[in-house]
Amino acid sequence: MEYIIEMLNIVKEFPGIRANDDITLQVKKGEIHALLGENGAGKSTLMSVLFGMYKPESGTIKLRGQEVHISGPKMANELGIGMVHQHFKLVHNFTVLQNIILGVETTKNGFLKIDEARKKVMALSEQYGLKVDPDALISDITVGMQQRVEILKMLYRDNEILIFDEPTAVLTPQEIDELMTIMKGLAAEGKSIVFITHKLEEIKRVADRCTVLRRGKSIGTVNVADVTIEQMSEMMVGRKVILHVEKAQMDAGKPVLEVKNLTIRSERAKKNKVNNLSLEVREGEIVCIAGVDGNGQSELIYAISGLVPVNEGQIILKGEDITNKSIRYRNVHGLSHIPEDRHKLGLVLDYSLAENLILMEYFEPRFQKGGFLRNNEIIKHANKLIEQFDIRSSEGYKTRVRSMSGGNQQKAIAARELSRDPDLLLAVQPTRGLDVGAIEYMHKQIVRARDNGKAVLVVSFELSEVMRLADRILVMFEGEIVANVRPSEVTENELGLYMAGAKRGDAG
Amino acid sequence: MMSKKDNKGFRIPDLTRVAGPISSIGAIVVGLIIGLIILLIANPSKALEGFGWIIGGSLQSPKDIGNVLYYATPIIMTGLSVAFAFRTSLFNIGASGQFIMGAVGAVIVGVHGKFLGSFQWVAALLASMVFGALWALIPGILKAFYNVNEVISFIMTNYIGMYLANILVRETVYHKLTNRSLPVAATANIPKMGMDKLFPESMANGGFIIAVLIAILVYILLNKTTFGFELKACGFNKDASRYAGINAKKNIVLSLLIAGALAGIGGGLLYLAGSGKYIYVEDVLAAEGFTGISVALLGMSHPIGTLFAGLFIAYITVGGSYMQLAGFVPEIIDIITATIIYFAAFALILRSVLQRFRFRKAGDKS
Ligand SMILES: Nc1ncnc2c1ncn2[C@@H]1O[C@H](COP(=O)(O)OP(=O)(O)OP(=O)(O)O)[C@@H](O)[C@H]1O
Ligand SMILES: [Mg+2]
Repeated sequence: MEYIIEMLNIVKEFPGIRANDDITLQVKKGEIHALLGENGAGKSTLMSVLFGMYKPESGTIKLRGQEVHISGPKMANELGIGMVHQHFKLVHNFTVLQNIILGVETTKNGFLKIDEARKKVMALSEQYGLKVDPDALISDITVGMQQRVEILKMLYRDNEILIFDEPTAVLTPQEIDELMTIMKGLAAEGKSIVFITHKLEEIKRVADRCTVLRRGKSIGTVNVADVTIEQMSEMMVGRKVILHVEKAQMDAGKPVLEVKNLTIRSERAKKNKVNNLSLEVREGEIVCIAGVDGNGQSELIYAISGLVPVNEGQIILKGEDITNKSIRYRNVHGLSHIPEDRHKLGLVLDYSLAENLILMEYFEPRFQKGGFLRNNEIIKHANKLIEQFDIRSSEGYKTRVRSMSGGNQQKAIAARELSRDPDLLLAVQPTRGLDVGAIEYMHKQIVRARDNGKAVLVVSFELSEVMRLADRILVMFEGEIVANVRPSEVTENELGLYMAGAKRGDAG
Repeated sequence: MMSKKDNKGFRIPDLTRVAGPISSIGAIVVGLIIGLIILLIANPSKALEGFGWIIGGSLQSPKDIGNVLYYATPIIMTGLSVAFAFRTSLFNIGASGQFIMGAVGAVIVGVHGKFLGSFQWVAALLASMVFGALWALIPGILKAFYNVNEVISFIMTNYIGMYLANILVRETVYHKLTNRSLPVAATANIPKMGMDKLFPESMANGGFIIAVLIAILVYILLNKTTFGFELKACGFNKDASRYAGINAKKNIVLSLLIAGALAGIGGGLLYLAGSGKYIYVEDVLAAEGFTGISVALLGMSHPIGTLFAGLFIAYITVGGSYMQLAGFVPEIIDIITATIIYFAAFALILRSVLQRFRFRKAGDKS
C-alpha cells in the first residue's frame, strides 16, 4: 500500500523529557488517520515535527516515498502539508479573507489581487460546505467559524495533507457534527487527514485507522472498525477506564449561590445577554448549565466571578450580597472558577507551573511572610498538586506553563481551583482537552467536592457530560433559563429541544 | 466578554525569556564589529588604533576605571527604570524627563538646603526620587484610568519636563552668567564612600555603590516579593491577573511611580556627584534617559544584567574619549560609541524577533 506520509522512528527531546521516543506514523492517501494518546503523550509535538516547527533529534520523514527535510512551516506548506493548531493562529483584527490569504498574497504591480483571491475562497467554501463571511472580522466570529477559516487557509494553499490538532475540543456538538461531515468530504476528495482528538466516539465516527501513543512511544496502529471504544481507551491509558460517574444520592442543603433577577445588557445587540435570570445552587449539589454556546452562559459565569459588571439583579454568596464586591473579595470568600479560556484567563503562560498554582493565593500567609514569597512552601504546594492531579510536564514545578501540553495546562488550572477547597466551584468546560483517564479523575474530584457539601455550577456543551455529572440541569436559551430538570427525568433528545428554544419547561 | 479591544501598544520583546547573558555578549560583539567597520570606512589608516582605544582606553589606570563607574551610575539608574517598567510590560520612554526632573529636585535641595547639614545629600537624593516619581505619575494615571498609551504621554512629558526643568532652574537656582544652575553645597555631594581611595583622581564616588544597592533591591522586589509577583503577572497577562483578583490599575501606577523614582535618582546621583556638573538652561532632552533603553535591552530587563550593561556602555564611552589621541574628532567618537551601543541593542531585538518566527528552537538546549 502506498503511504502519502511516513514518519519513521521519530525522536524529539525537550530539556527534561523525550516527548517523542521512536515514534512511527504512516498515513495512507485519502484516509482519516486518528492520533490518540493521553495528555502529554506527544501528539502535538509529533505533528509540529511534521509541520516543520521542531527539528527531530533523529528519524526520517517520507512524503510519497521520498525522504524530505522539512525546515519550517513555510516549507511544509509548499510540500502540501497544512495544520490547524490546538490554539488557533489567526490575526484578530483582520477579516476572514485577509487571514486566509495572509502570507500567500498574489500581487499585480505591487497591488493585491484581492478579487481573484475572493473568488477562489468562495469557490472552496462552496465546494466543501464551509460557509463563512469573507468580510467579517475574526474577533467577531465564533470559534467554530474561526476553525473554518483555518481549514480554508489550508485549502487555499492547495494542501493535500491536513493536520487537525484537537479541532473538536472547542466546538459545540452541532459544530462537531458539521466538522465531521466536512472532514469526510475532504477525505473523499482525496485529502489525507491526521486527526487528533480525545473523544473516542469521534474516532469511531470518522477515522479509518488510529495510531495510539503513550508517554512518547507508539503503542500501535489499529483499524478503527476492528476495535471497540473500550479497547482503544485501554490501549491508550494502559488500564480499563470507567466512564460513568459513581454518585451516591445526596440531599441538597442550604443555598450557597443565589442569583436573583440578573440582567446583563449587550452593547451591540438589542437582546440582553442575560435576561432577568434567577438560579440557586445548594450545598452538596452539582448544577449543570446546558445550552448552545453563546446563549449567555459565559456572561452569567463572568458576572458571578466578578469579571463583568451586572446591570440589574443580585448575586448572593452564602447569604451575603456580593453583587458589587471585587474579584479578590469573591476569590477569598469561597468562590473558585475554572474559566472557559485557559490561555486568556486561566494561566500566566510565562510563569512557571509553581507560580501558576499559587496565582489565586500568593498573598495568603502560607505563601508569603511580610510581603516576601515563601519559596519552599510554594514548591511544596506545587509538588503536592502535581502528584495529586498527575500534571505531566518536562521539568516539574519549574516548567514554564507555555511549554506544557494543552491537557496538562487544563489539569493545572483544575488542580489550583479544586485545591482551594471552595464553597462554590464554577467550572466552564472543565474537561475540555482532557484524555479519558483525566476526565474520569476530574469528574471524581467534582463529585467529591459535592459530597463534601460544596456547591458546584458547571457549564458544559457536552450533553453526555451534563447527564453524567448533574444533580440538576438548567438549560439556558437566549439569556434565560428555559428548563430546570433532573437528569433522570429527561432524555438527551428533550434537552436538545430545550436548548434549541423549541420547548420551554418550568424554569423555577 | 472582557475588554474587546486589547490595547497592546508598543511592546519591546521580553528578552529575558528567549536569551541568556550569552546573547547579550554576542550582541555586544556584533556592535563592536560594526563599530570597527565604520571606523575602517571613516579613517582606514587610524581605524585599528582608534579601535584599540575603545577597547583598552578604560583599563589603563585606576583613574579610568573609576571614571567608568562614574559614567555608569546614572545610566544604570535609567536602565533600571526602563527595565522595571518593561516587567509590567510598560515602555518607559519617559526616563529622560524623569531623570532631569530628579536632577532639578536634587539641585534645588542641594543649593537651598544647607541647614540640613550632613543630611543634606540624603535629602537631596530623596528629592530627586520624589521628583522623578511624580513626573512618571501623570502618564501612569493616564494609562491606568484612561488607557492613554504610555509611549505618547511619556514622549510629551519628556518635552514638558525639559522646559519645566529650565523654568525651575531659572526661578530657583539660576546662575545668570553661565546660564546654568548654581553649584550645590559641599554637604549635598554624595560621600565618596572610599571610592576616592580605590580610584584616585577619578570622579568615582559613593553614587555607584548606591546604584548597585538599588539594583539588588530591585532584583529582590521583582523576584522575591508578592508585589513583584503581581507586577510581573500583570505584565505577562493582564486578563489572567484580573481573574486572579490583582488590581491592574494600582500596579500600573505603582510600577511607573517606581520607574520614575529610579530615573529620578539617576539624575540626583549625577548632579550630586561633586564632579562639577550643572544643569544648563537649554532645549536638549537628557540623553541618559534614552541610553537607559539600550542599557535595559542589553541587560535583558534583568536588574543585575542592567548593572553590567550600564558598566559596559560606560566602558565604551570612556574608552572612546581617548580616541582623540588617535586624531578622531569628538563627533565621530560619539557616532562610533552610539553605533556600538545601538547595534548591540538592535542585534538583540533582531534575535528575539527571529526566534519568535522560528520557534522551532524553543525547546532546544541552547
Ligand atoms: N516547547 C516545549 N518545550 C519543552 N517541553 C515541551 C515543549 N512542547 C511540549 N513539551 C513537552 O512534551 C510533552 C508532550 O507534549 P505534547 O504537547 O506533544 O502533548 P500532547 O500529546 O499534544 O498532549 P495534549 O493532549 O495534552 O495536548 C509534554 O510533557 C510537554 O510538557
Ligand atoms: Mg496537544
